[in-house]
Amino acid sequence: MAEKIYNGVPASGGIAIGPAFLYHPQGLSTSRRNLRTEETKAEQDRYHQALTKTRAQISELEEKMKAKLGEEHAAIFQAHQVVLEDPLFLEEIPQAIQTRRLNAEFLLVEALEKFQSVMASLDDSYFRERGGDIQDVGNRLIKNLTGAEKDQLKKLDREVIVIANDLSPSDTVSMPTNTIKGFCTDVGGRTSHVAIVARSLALPAVVGMQNLTTEVQDGDIIILDGNKGLVVVNPLPATLKQYQRLKESHEAFLKSLEELRNLPATTPDGHQVTLAANIEIPQELDEIFKHGAEGIGLFRTEFLFLNREEIPTEDEQYEAYKELATKTGVSPAIIRTLDLGGDKFLSHLNPLNESNPFLGLRAIRLCLKRPDIFKPQLRAILRAAAHGPIKIMFPMISTLAEIRESKILLNQCILQLKKEGLVFRSGIEVGAMIEIPSAAVVADILIQELDFLSIGTNDLIQYTLAVDRVNESVAYLYDPLNPAILRLIQMTVDACHNAGKWVGMCGEMAGDPQFVPLLLGMGLDEFSVSVSVIPEVKKVIRMMPFEKSKEIAKAALQMKTSEEVLKLIKNNIPPELRAILF
Amino acid sequence: MKVTEKLPVINKLGLHLRAAAELVKVANKFKSHILIQHGVQNVNAKSLMGLMTLAAAKGTDLEFTIEGDDAKDAMAALRQLFANKFGEKE
Repeated sequence: MAEKIYNGVPASGGIAIGPAFLYHPQGLSTSRRNLRTEETKAEQDRYHQALTKTRAQISELEEKMKAKLGEEHAAIFQAHQVVLEDPLFLEEIPQAIQTRRLNAEFLLVEALEKFQSVMASLDDSYFRERGGDIQDVGNRLIKNLTGAEKDQLKKLDREVIVIANDLSPSDTVSMPTNTIKGFCTDVGGRTSHVAIVARSLALPAVVGMQNLTTEVQDGDIIILDGNKGLVVVNPLPATLKQYQRLKESHEAFLKSLEELRNLPATTPDGHQVTLAANIEIPQELDEIFKHGAEGIGLFRTEFLFLNREEIPTEDEQYEAYKELATKTGVSPAIIRTLDLGGDKFLSHLNPLNESNPFLGLRAIRLCLKRPDIFKPQLRAILRAAAHGPIKIMFPMISTLAEIRESKILLNQCILQLKKEGLVFRSGIEVGAMIEIPSAAVVADILIQELDFLSIGTNDLIQYTLAVDRVNESVAYLYDPLNPAILRLIQMTVDACHNAGKWVGMCGEMAGDPQFVPLLLGMGLDEFSVSVSVIPEVKKVIRMMPFEKSKEIAKAALQMKTSEEVLKLIKNNIPPELRAILF
Repeated sequence: MKVTEKLPVINKLGLHLRAAAELVKVANKFKSHILIQHGVQNVNAKSLMGLMTLAAAKGTDLEFTIEGDDAKDAMAALRQLFANKFGEKE
């Protein structure tokens, strides 16, 4: 088999070598997939397993109905069983898997569509409508096929590289990280969800592959180069050898960073900052201290709300936040309240079909509209804060009114907890994220009623520059070093320092080692970054004199283009740092 | 052995889902290949989905062609099923 190389966007560094696992999340999985001859047997087996499962489900329904309403009403399920024993399902589909070498879901959908078009043409309305019964059986079968696919990912017992068209938060939240060695998706950019998750799990990832899912077969050997954004399919022995060497040297480099674990994030001239971790899913909590974080600058709470129909209860949230407090001990942890909307949706929270969700009812706006969701979260955070130095942070603040309203709700929760006699901590530090350009402009007003601010650069850049960060045709405009962004950051930092408060940054920008010398000089007190980049960022801080970084920051704000800024950084950092970063 | 016979649908609801399911059950007891012809359509009597596409209402004549060792017995069983209105009252 010939070696093939595909180019994508490097999303998370590192190299992974292993067999491909094609993941087709529900909804996409009925699409056509070509099989190799030797795969048809396994596909037939998978189909027969789904048939068996469907039979069992219908029997169960029949029994339930019989017990509830009597034999007569259960007859419909007997008819469903007969449908399932139809030659179409028993013979034609398995035959077609072998002769046409296509996946079962696709063949099922095709056959059902053909059947439905005949049924729809019938004159008699009774028979026209019976098409629905047969569709019902077919859908159950399809669901069992695709559902099994989803389970398959959870049950993986071998190491694989996951190849998918796209991976949503609901896909990644339940992924077993011990068997998955890397991600590769057809769509997405550097700041898309899968890229962020991959970086936080320290797994290599390449995104924006266009149509790799149609080029790769399950089980193909894949080299995933997350540093260069390359994917090699069925590599030649020489390529494989070369990459195994690269992988080893990369791992050795990571190991050298580990030595920094217990050292503080202090510049050579004695300026100390806080280096904290962004946490997306709780599995990462065990990793943070291994990587040398000094706390958590952003604890996302969306994982609790995704993949379910019901809103998590106060007690369930309390347990999750308490676990956070227990695991982080004396280190501070900032919990960000629910940030749903935008690209993360919950079926039960998204009644509006917004045409522009990123400018719509999301994050704090949604929470203030729905105290039934917001208050249990606030109460759970206050109660968990009794177990450790937890702070609270509101996302997507755009006005002082939103801060005031949120704090009123927080105070109401405190009073209620007191009344109920529950254990909690009232003197909790309260901060807000600066993600909206207008909020950065009035940061001096906002900080007066808060304890700290944290700059969320992903959204700040996208809103300031009017660039959809996942839209590949305008992605080139998404530029953290754009002079407008630098000015907004500096305004926010100065506003906090003038008020005697501290300011952090929890966006992706803070975790890019090239930008660290500049951000240090602009006066950031806290860098909160993905777990996997903590050692690299620490290394840069420990090599970069603060005085020099202040000069860089001052000069950078006078630059006209981002290219000039980058050149300025490159030319003014110590040569040994330049050798690492450029 | 090959047997051919026309059977009329005499129950009130015609060859609806439950009746068709009964027909499939009876047909499946025999090894013979059972073909039903109605107008230009030909369907396998062992396929519920095929039977549904016939949309056979009360009064329809269905022509059965049965081929196989037990064709005669199959024909007799089906004749009885149709006469019994698929076990329905009317």
